[in-house]
Amino acid sequence: MKVTLEHLTKRFPNRNKKIKADVVAVNDFTFEIPDGILVGLLGPSGCGKSTALNLISGLETPTEGKIYFDDDDVTMLPPENRGIGLVFQNYALYPHLTVLQNIMFPLQNFKGDKKMTKLAMEEKAREAARLVQIDELLERKPSEMSGGQQQRVAIARALVKQPNVLLLDEPLSNLDARLRLQTREEIRRIQRETGVTTIFVTHDQEEAMSISDLIVVMKDGVLQQIGKPQNVYDDPENLFVAKFLGTPAINVFEGKIKYGCLFIGNENVMELACKKDLEKDVYIGIRPEGFILNLDGALSLELQNVEVMGRDTSVVSKHENALSGNIRSIINAEDWINSESKLVRFDLKPKKVFVFDKETEKRIYFDKK
Amino acid sequence: MEKTNFEKIEAAEKRKALIGKVVTYFFLSLWGLIVLFPFYWMILTSIKSYGSYNAEYVPKFFTLTPTLQNYSDAFTEVSLGRYFFNTIIFTVLTTAAMVVIITLAAFAFARLKFKGKNLVFTLFLSLMMIPNELVIITNFVTITNMDLRNSFMGLILPSITSVFYIYLLKENFEQIPEELYKAAKVDGTSDFKYLIRVMIPICQPTIVTITILKVIECWNSYVWPRLITDDETYYLVSNGIQEIRENGFGRENIPAMMAAVVVISLPLIILFLVFRKKIMAGVSRGGTKG
Amino acid sequence: MKVNKLKGWLYLLPAILFLGVFLVYPLIDVVIYSFEENYNFASQTYTGVGFYNFSYVLHDPYFLQALKNTFILVIITVPLSTGLALIISLGLSSIKKLQDLFQTVYFLPYVTNTLAVGLVFMILFKKTAYSDGLINLLINFFGGESVDFIEGPYWAKMFVLCFYTIWIVLPFKILILTSALASVNKDYYKAAKIDATPKWRVFTKITLPMISPMIFYLVITGFIGAFKAYSDSVALFGTNLNVAGMNTIVGYVYDMLYGNSGGYPSYASAAALILFVIVLTITCINLMVSKKSKISVN
Repeated sequence: MKVTLEHLTKRFPNRNKKIKADVVAVNDFTFEIPDGILVGLLGPSGCGKSTALNLISGLETPTEGKIYFDDDDVTMLPPENRGIGLVFQNYALYPHLTVLQNIMFPLQNFKGDKKMTKLAMEEKAREAARLVQIDELLERKPSEMSGGQQQRVAIARALVKQPNVLLLDEPLSNLDARLRLQTREEIRRIQRETGVTTIFVTHDQEEAMSISDLIVVMKDGVLQQIGKPQNVYDDPENLFVAKFLGTPAINVFEGKIKYGCLFIGNENVMELACKKDLEKDVYIGIRPEGFILNLDGALSLELQNVEVMGRDTSVVSKHENALSGNIRSIINAEDWINSESKLVRFDLKPKKVFVFDKETEKRIYFDKK
Repeated sequence: MEKTNFEKIEAAEKRKALIGKVVTYFFLSLWGLIVLFPFYWMILTSIKSYGSYNAEYVPKFFTLTPTLQNYSDAFTEVSLGRYFFNTIIFTVLTTAAMVVIITLAAFAFARLKFKGKNLVFTLFLSLMMIPNELVIITNFVTITNMDLRNSFMGLILPSITSVFYIYLLKENFEQIPEELYKAAKVDGTSDFKYLIRVMIPICQPTIVTITILKVIECWNSYVWPRLITDDETYYLVSNGIQEIRENGFGRENIPAMMAAVVVISLPLIILFLVFRKKIMAGVSRGGTKG
Repeated sequence: MKVNKLKGWLYLLPAILFLGVFLVYPLIDVVIYSFEENYNFASQTYTGVGFYNFSYVLHDPYFLQALKNTFILVIITVPLSTGLALIISLGLSSIKKLQDLFQTVYFLPYVTNTLAVGLVFMILFKKTAYSDGLINLLINFFGGESVDFIEGPYWAKMFVLCFYTIWIVLPFKILILTSALASVNKDYYKAAKIDATPKWRVFTKITLPMISPMIFYLVITGFIGAFKAYSDSVALFGTNLNVAGMNTIVGYVYDMLYGNSGGYPSYASAAALILFVIVLTITCINLMVSKKSKISVN
């Protein structure tokens, strides 16, 4: 099912009662989620992504704007009529019910002609349990299971009523690192198998990048960018998105556009295809993989440390114009020449260098020479 | 030399600890005896025959000829059975009605959203300070005017709400994570169904504790029943035993009276021995006697 | 949406209804009663408004007797029962074996019917034509004179009443204090032991300050409870407490309301309000003292 948001806005009264202005948790969201894909709603904590999810689920009603499932306006529809499945960060399993009873719970609420016999419900529940591979554990109580298993039960409970849309709120953040990797593959597999449109919320960009078909980046309630993970990474629209995606994080310098060239400090690091008389203060973002080791390179950095990690070598250095303390560049291990030099010089890969307006932090697009 | 010195210290310490222990156990046992003795005495007296009890100028601490005659007297010569039966009805109805009412109220406070909730809750809490002795006068008049004296309704009505238990249960309800409610909402569970199928089962231990404490309170209640009933057919055990004492067996039949006391005390003692842990935990969380 | 807002009130309705009729309305009404002079219960009429009811009650010898009894009972039982409970709890928490058994036994009086078990105390202390009663025989054995504790001199009756009251209230206090003692962090005791702190110092400097909030709680609830004493007295001396001279304030209230001397809700209300004011004052003093001593501890 296609999900469309139109100018969706949610304001809360400020918790600090002295401040009259409302808190805008979600600000004028407009985008479309195509049918049958996995979408990652990504942003730092407190950016309003959970509120956005609650709006889609119907647990909260928007202040303004509309939500469509396919062509139906569901903005004011209560959650139970939207046909959604919801998985919570802490799973929200009923502690006094067994796994089977937990999964059957949503089916027991069906009324009218959707009402099912007990046998049919159990069959459905077992089917859902098989899908998430917990059909061996049906008689257990949630407290007798590991976090990963509880997560699967929660997903099974959300899927059992065959929802139009599956919503996952920070589904992996309560799991340990190893389980997290495993479970995110699992979520991907289940989504592929069922083909249900799935939206999940996370603050972990790596998690979102690795399994989503589409990511939506948010900050302070404002939509920053939407697109395929690789596209967003390769082509960030503003400084925030550039900084938020990628590990190690992007290196940011203060710089200048002068004489049609890009300057960091006094060094001309790159020529740009722009008017010669344009002069502007900018931020320059360079991805760690955007550095090419070159003894006569355009950018010189003060070498701090070299970390060799098998295939790659990470060069840690400093520069007085860098915003983020250390500059990290990843180069091929074979290229590294061990020298006593305190200085290291790089050329830059044009595709890995982004220029942002210093005031608006918006991307400035150039054809690089 | 050094070594023997240490040994001496060790021996002295051990002796001191032993003496301390003996003294502690002695006094603890002494108080245990003081607590238990009345119970022993009432059982003992209840199985002595009327004749042998009155013949003992120096009461004996045991009897070789136990009899159950006193028990049958207690049930036949006075209406102990009637009092007992009344108390069971009163206890069951009052407790059941109260549990329903406080559960609904606690649910509204803990889960539902409506205007004025916080104000009403504050008002409820302030009601906890009102002493029973103050309101019982008007309640007596109210029940009398409603013509409910000497009826179960009159006995039950004033004691089927408890602000304290509403507060206790509300606190417990609020410990259930919000997500559970949201999950149920998404699945189309109504508020009432959520209360019945999720909240009550999860909070069952607290509800059981409240139920037991209320049962104890009902079983022992004396003041209100005394005010509101003067017809013996509606007496509860507390006024029943008082009635037996004052106008009982036609003569001072202490063994039979003690048999009645045993019968009255036994249900609660059994209840206590079965739910010992629950009752003690519940009382230490904020129950006071009466 | 509109239904949703009403729903909360719907769930609260029974509770509000019962609390309103049997708790809020009576509270207002009792004040009104207490100022209505010469209220006639049968015709429900009164002749004037004023302080006559209060003055009547305060000049009634029965009330003054009840006031005196209650105060003596409070002054004797509250400190004694709290101290005794503290000693017993300390003993309990210092042992391992049989702790559970002792705790269970000590709690038994809490679940007994005050009226019923009071009769056992009565026969233990009563002097009858047949026998002097077990307690008197015990006194005789130690060379004392027999006393009728139930129908004899005032001090003897007061002694039994205090004894029974303490017997009844101790379980609650012991329970509260043992759980307070159990919740003191054991590391403090270990640290004190390593520093060779004497036991008495451990008690006054560590244990007592740690459990002092609970002790204050017990003192306050103890005062409130003791001022409301009634059924223990009935259990020992029968319903005709005025004649026995062992009435309490609460007993006076009920006697004014109902029974042979009853039918005067105005007097009852005035007496109940006087009791309420006394309890409120004592509680406030207690709270002030506890606050002050907290500051001095710091």
